[in-house]
Amino acid sequence: MTKKTIKVDYLARVEGEGGLYIKMKDDAVVDVKLKIFEPPRFFEGLLRGRDFQEAPDITARICGICPVAYQMSAVHAMENALGVKVEGPLRDLRRLLYCGEWIESHTLHIYMLHAPDFLGYPDAIKMAKDHKEIVERGLKLKKAGNQIVSLLGGREIHPINVRVGGFYKVFSKKDFEPLIETLKWARDAALETVRWTAQLPFPEFEQDYEFVALHHPEEYPFNEGRIVSSEGLDIDCSDYEQHFQEEHVEHSNALHSVLKKRGAYFVGPMARYSLNFDQLSPMVREAALEAGLGRECRNPFKSIVIRSIEVLYACDEALRILESYEKPERPFVSVEPREATGFSCTEAPRGILYHHYRLDGQGKILDAKIVPPTSQNQKTIENDLWKFVPQHIHLAQEELTWQCEQAIRNYDPCISCATHFLKLDIERT
Amino acid sequence: MMARKSKPKVAVWKFASCDGCQLSLLDCEDDLLAVSQEIEIAHFPEASRAVMKGPYDLSLVEGSITTPHDAERIHEIRKSSKFLITIGACATAGGIQALRNFKDVNDFISIVYATPDYIDTLQKSTPISDHIKVDFELRGCPIDKMQLLEVISAFINGRKPNTPAHSTCIECKRRGTVCVMVAQGKMCMGPVTHAGCGALCPSYDRGCYGCFGPQETTNTGSLSTQLKKLGADDDEIVRTFRGFNAYAEPFRKESELHDKENH
Repeated sequence: MTKKTIKVDYLARVEGEGGLYIKMKDDAVVDVKLKIFEPPRFFEGLLRGRDFQEAPDITARICGICPVAYQMSAVHAMENALGVKVEGPLRDLRRLLYCGEWIESHTLHIYMLHAPDFLGYPDAIKMAKDHKEIVERGLKLKKAGNQIVSLLGGREIHPINVRVGGFYKVFSKKDFEPLIETLKWARDAALETVRWTAQLPFPEFEQDYEFVALHHPEEYPFNEGRIVSSEGLDIDCSDYEQHFQEEHVEHSNALHSVLKKRGAYFVGPMARYSLNFDQLSPMVREAALEAGLGRECRNPFKSIVIRSIEVLYACDEALRILESYEKPERPFVSVEPREATGFSCTEAPRGILYHHYRLDGQGKILDAKIVPPTSQNQKTIENDLWKFVPQHIHLAQEELTWQCEQAIRNYDPCISCATHFLKLDIERT
Repeated sequence: MMARKSKPKVAVWKFASCDGCQLSLLDCEDDLLAVSQEIEIAHFPEASRAVMKGPYDLSLVEGSITTPHDAERIHEIRKSSKFLITIGACATAGGIQALRNFKDVNDFISIVYATPDYIDTLQKSTPISDHIKVDFELRGCPIDKMQLLEVISAFINGRKPNTPAHSTCIECKRRGTVCVMVAQGKMCMGPVTHAGCGALCPSYDRGCYGCFGPQETTNTGSLSTQLKKLGADDDEIVRTFRGFNAYAEPFRKESELHDKENH
């Protein structure tokens, strides 16, 4: 009988603190734990007693990588509670801001966190010694996303221009002009990124996931839509808690989220793509098919190609918005506090992000509930490793450990978010 | 200037935080590869799986101390670092998670977690300087990436960083933004907040909300008087000072003066 463990004490190239522990006995996996030791920060608790208008700024601080997602879910949940609908150019500007965050966050992951695994480098800086032009293209593309967020949001990290009802300040068409040239370059660079990632070496690893994402009949989802799944789920965001529940497990400071009676599910770019292929713009659909993708994708290692497709879409969509943009008369719609409950789900770069608030008559927050994408994927990541390790058990320890890390990075896990939410041990017994 | 034979070894460390401040380094898209020519990135898990052992010439520390394990870990990092800089409001003031310091943390644990026994946390979220000697503190929630480059560049060249300590108010005057408090009656923390963001919020038609924490010498009482004139009640003043730098002393003391629950 042989015993073996794979241990990664501190997972690299993910956002936040976690590790992995895998225990094996006679080449069979007997335990997989994605450990989350990121210290808890208790956001739901500290939101109590705060004004509804403070929620977008406070919840942004849950995650420095995807603050726009937190701001978007917060404002939509508050507007849902207070009976306000933001439409027209203000709605378009919110999509534009989200495009910026998807470009910035996905490009960071594609070039700096994920690609080094495929090419055998510890990081993008070492990768740049042999692939300088590629890394430089990645950095410039990432910058294009950040330029959208900086102009419209005020700064890349924790933007200051988002409020319940709209924005503090809106810009004229002329102010956005410099972005148009940048985004035309970015769209070309994103297309090159799709072609570059499509030829990377992928292990065979098709899985039978239940995909969950927002779906909107007329557009690829950012801020609005019903929650749908590949197994027929089709619900309004306000019914989220009737179908999903969070479980607290001992090895993690993050709560595991499951579909009631069905278990693990999959959120993020691959789920969004597979449930919304027809909503992509024609040039993006064409690029996807040309890259060898089908209308859906079930190999998580190919998520790097899907992220590239979404970057291409976000550049294309941002250009569409800017070309038809007319400055709104007022930067925001007035919002009056009242006793109410509100729900929202939006598509963060890593998947659906759920917010639920209960307000008193003065607009003070009585309760808050936030479910980030990574805690929804945590169980699916562990399930992948249960299947991946036995298929690659012949590999040397160092090689197997690295590939297990890569399997986790497929999800672009954001542990800072999930702590409410990685350390990697593989133990062979 | 110190003579330099090899590139200085730089380490990046994380405690309780959102990752945004260390991300600022990766957000230096135009300068990242140039910076990596000047320094050896020896420990930066968010960017690299290669880890070099200490000692390190420079440690950048993000996040606040919130667990017994982290309270020990920071001492080990200090021992292995020649020069240690804290980056951001969590590391310099305890961050937004320091709002727990005004309440009983056990109430918060039971709000978020169904099985509170699994959670190991301290009563208070505290800044790094409460635990070890810190050589320089860079403010902001998040930090400004140009200031981060300035601090790294100053370290490499053995000089003092040029990061002005005056108020955000002065930054507004310098860029010529019309005062949002005087002209529009908006509440603004600019008069008591440390410079660094370039007075961003007023340039977007909103009042400053104090991301960079208190400036060196503040008159928080005078600001509270002004906020009252603008119609703020005590509860609103408490919330104004209890933001991302709530536990920084001048802001903490001012909020406590207006907190009826504690008087």
